[in-house]
Amino acid sequence: MNITKKSDGTVLTVLVEGRLDAKTSPDFFDDMKNSIDNVTELILDFDNLDYISSAGLRSILSLLKIMNTKGDMKIINVSEKVMSVFEVTSFTDILDISQK
Amino acid sequence: MSEKFSIKLTSNLDDFENVQKFVVEKLSDCSCSQKILMQIEIMIEEIFVNISKYGYAPDEGEITVQCGIEKTAVEITFTDFGKKFNPLAKDDADTTLSAEERPVGGLGIFMTKKFADNLDYKYEDGKNILTIRKNFG
Repeated sequence: MNITKKSDGTVLTVLVEGRLDAKTSPDFFDDMKNSIDNVTELILDFDNLDYISSAGLRSILSLLKIMNTKGDMKIINVSEKVMSVFEVTSFTDILDISQK
Repeated sequence: MSEKFSIKLTSNLDDFENVQKFVVEKLSDCSCSQKILMQIEIMIEEIFVNISKYGYAPDEGEITVQCGIEKTAVEITFTDFGKKFNPLAKDDADTTLSAEERPVGGLGIFMTKKFADNLDYKYEDGKNILTIRKNFG
């Protein structure tokens, strides 16, 4: 997993590459949590995300809970296969998610 | 006709990757879409992590994974000697709740149930035996 952050004022865009699984997700969440103190809009770009398991969903839901208290969060450029995970868990109902 | 393969590992949490690699390699000649392949990998991770965390932790134990490949389906069986635990008996996660109300856990087995075409659990001779089947034809 590799992440690249781009900051524009209080908008933070994060390119997430690779896999969000039980091994990588805790680090992803810690890194994100430490990066969103002054952020009011968090955009996760999943263009190069290959895989996401429940551990990845857990980190995203935890981030969403934080962002909902102070701004917005959305996920963009989601592939068809990763979308199948968001659909089956109804994350599409609680989060702004757009496909590639 | 099916080909069968088997791998024996410890329940070390990071070993789920080795099971994924093992099964994906065996499926490399199959007409599996990227989406189906990812769903198979997800089920492997969720079941392995579940056994590691709830079956054996804080100790480590043995997990055997058998993989049977048919023309248009794969059957994967996980066998462990950990605590008797039927993950399929757990209530499904409530995916109708708002973000604030949703618990952050419990989605792993829920996804496994959704992605598998068939799931079977039995406890025999001190072993948890869980089999998942996924069609890809």
